[in-house]
Amino acid sequence: MHTSSPPVRSAQTKPKPRHRQSLTEELLLLLPATLLLLCFLVVPFVLSIYLSFTDQRLVPNPVPTDFVGFQNYQQVLSDPAFWQAFRNTVYFALLVVPFQCAVSLGIAVLLNSSFPLRSFFRSVAILPLMTPITVTIVIWAAFYRIPDGLFNNVIKAFGAEGYVDWLGSPLWAMPALVLLSAWATFPFQMLLYLAGLQDIPSERYEAARMDGASAWQQFRYVTFPGLRNTNILILITTTIQAFKLFTQVDILTRGGPVGATNTLVRYMIQQGYVSQLVGFGSAVAVIFVVIVGSLAILQRVLVKNE
Amino acid sequence: MNVFRLLLGVLLTVLVLGPLMMMLSVSLNPDEAAISGMLGTAKAFFPSTFSLENYREVITDPYQPFLRYLFNTLLVTICTVGLGVLVNSAAAFALAWGYGSYRKLYVALIIALFVIPGEGLLIPLILMVSRLGWLDSYQVQIIPFIASSFSIFLFYQFFSKLPPELIEAARIDGAKLSTILFKIGLPLSKPVIATTAILGFLDVWNSYLWPSMVTRGVEFRPLSVAMAAFFNSQQSYWGNVTAFAVLMALPVIIVFLIFQRWFVASVVGSGVKG
Repeated sequence: MHTSSPPVRSAQTKPKPRHRQSLTEELLLLLPATLLLLCFLVVPFVLSIYLSFTDQRLVPNPVPTDFVGFQNYQQVLSDPAFWQAFRNTVYFALLVVPFQCAVSLGIAVLLNSSFPLRSFFRSVAILPLMTPITVTIVIWAAFYRIPDGLFNNVIKAFGAEGYVDWLGSPLWAMPALVLLSAWATFPFQMLLYLAGLQDIPSERYEAARMDGASAWQQFRYVTFPGLRNTNILILITTTIQAFKLFTQVDILTRGGPVGATNTLVRYMIQQGYVSQLVGFGSAVAVIFVVIVGSLAILQRVLVKNE
Repeated sequence: MNVFRLLLGVLLTVLVLGPLMMMLSVSLNPDEAAISGMLGTAKAFFPSTFSLENYREVITDPYQPFLRYLFNTLLVTICTVGLGVLVNSAAAFALAWGYGSYRKLYVALIIALFVIPGEGLLIPLILMVSRLGWLDSYQVQIIPFIASSFSIFLFYQFFSKLPPELIEAARIDGAKLSTILFKIGLPLSKPVIATTAILGFLDVWNSYLWPSMVTRGVEFRPLSVAMAAFFNSQQSYWGNVTAFAVLMALPVIIVFLIFQRWFVASVVGSGVKG
């Protein structure tokens, strides 16, 4: 990440009395954003840690809220449903991240080369990112329909007997969500890869060609190493996105069948909001923030160390 | 080689446009029985009839007031994005051109805040807003999302690259920092305004979890939650469901295609946040 240092000004250009006046002035400019960030980011963050050690409920309870120590964390970590949601989320990430990144890289390489109608294809490729996610979900629900949606008709054409309940089968529900999610957001990774590809100096390709490198060798020894930072950025960002999986699951499978597609975020919302166990839900939230936050920090460390 | 690339491009087009075409052509078919018969076949991708009956039904449905949802979404988007530009640019300008020595630390804190995923704050937030009595309102969908550490950072990056002479000249003329922001800073920062506006717009149109927690009835419900509710209540009426989807998606897609260059720049710019 590029952080430009604040501009340097010499001290003698600012007379003393103006200085004081400006300080209140700049603090006034900072005030609204600071207040809002405090109220809706810092306070909830601190509150989630605090609440996770209490038995707070959403509706004010007749019995006052008590400190319960680490009890919420113990209960979360011994709840099979939590571990199922955790495994599902990791499974989703393991499926979607390599798939989506590889597809996006492939399309980016294609669209970075010159051929007829390339700018048309580029515009087409970003359409899914412009489509609201709920709309994408509804379209794919039609494809996964039983017994005669597009996917079932396709496997029937290949000689399959009967049909598959894509979203209702513990085996297929997750891959079905992966395909839909990859379609919905691949342009994000593709655009980042395109930007990364354009940053690779063309002299490197010329040098490789002079050495007689084939197209594959150019990709392997020029393109791929040149994308090191882009790769780290994209892999971790996509993993973070995957960990936030909620909307697709909530609309299409409601976490089912038998919890096979429940995710960390959905488990947190079910406990902390639907069941109104704010203390317990906050413990899940803290665990979630720690996991996703560590990924984000890891990304900074790796990208900076180039 | 070019032919091969062209073929791959065509394949990409089919995979991307296919689902969108299906949505459009089904929405133009008024006959639900016919839709049901061909939904999973190739016929679903090509419009055979051009009827706006489904659109009329969606727009006049008294239980799912589409226009109200659209209004709600637009209001929330405009307020969040508009107030966000003001609040975040003001903070960023103070950080870039103020005098206080706290500024370096402040910027570092802003950057540190990126790592907190918003989803992790929703449980304490719902407790806070329900105590404030904000459930089922517009402000509950707007106020918590006006200030954005990422927007402040983008504006800060831009403002700190402005030539110092420009700012100092205005200062010598006795202009206040806020005046300089409105006279010089904001007029110059159209690219950043566009970026934060586009990203904010995407955020609001895709937000589902929070509005589904804080809106109960149709009054304040945004399009995203309404789309899901409409889909769940009308599962077998694909004509209406897809008409709703087209009405929700098409304007957004057209606007983004017009501003495609800025859209791409914004998305790439958001990548640094992670």
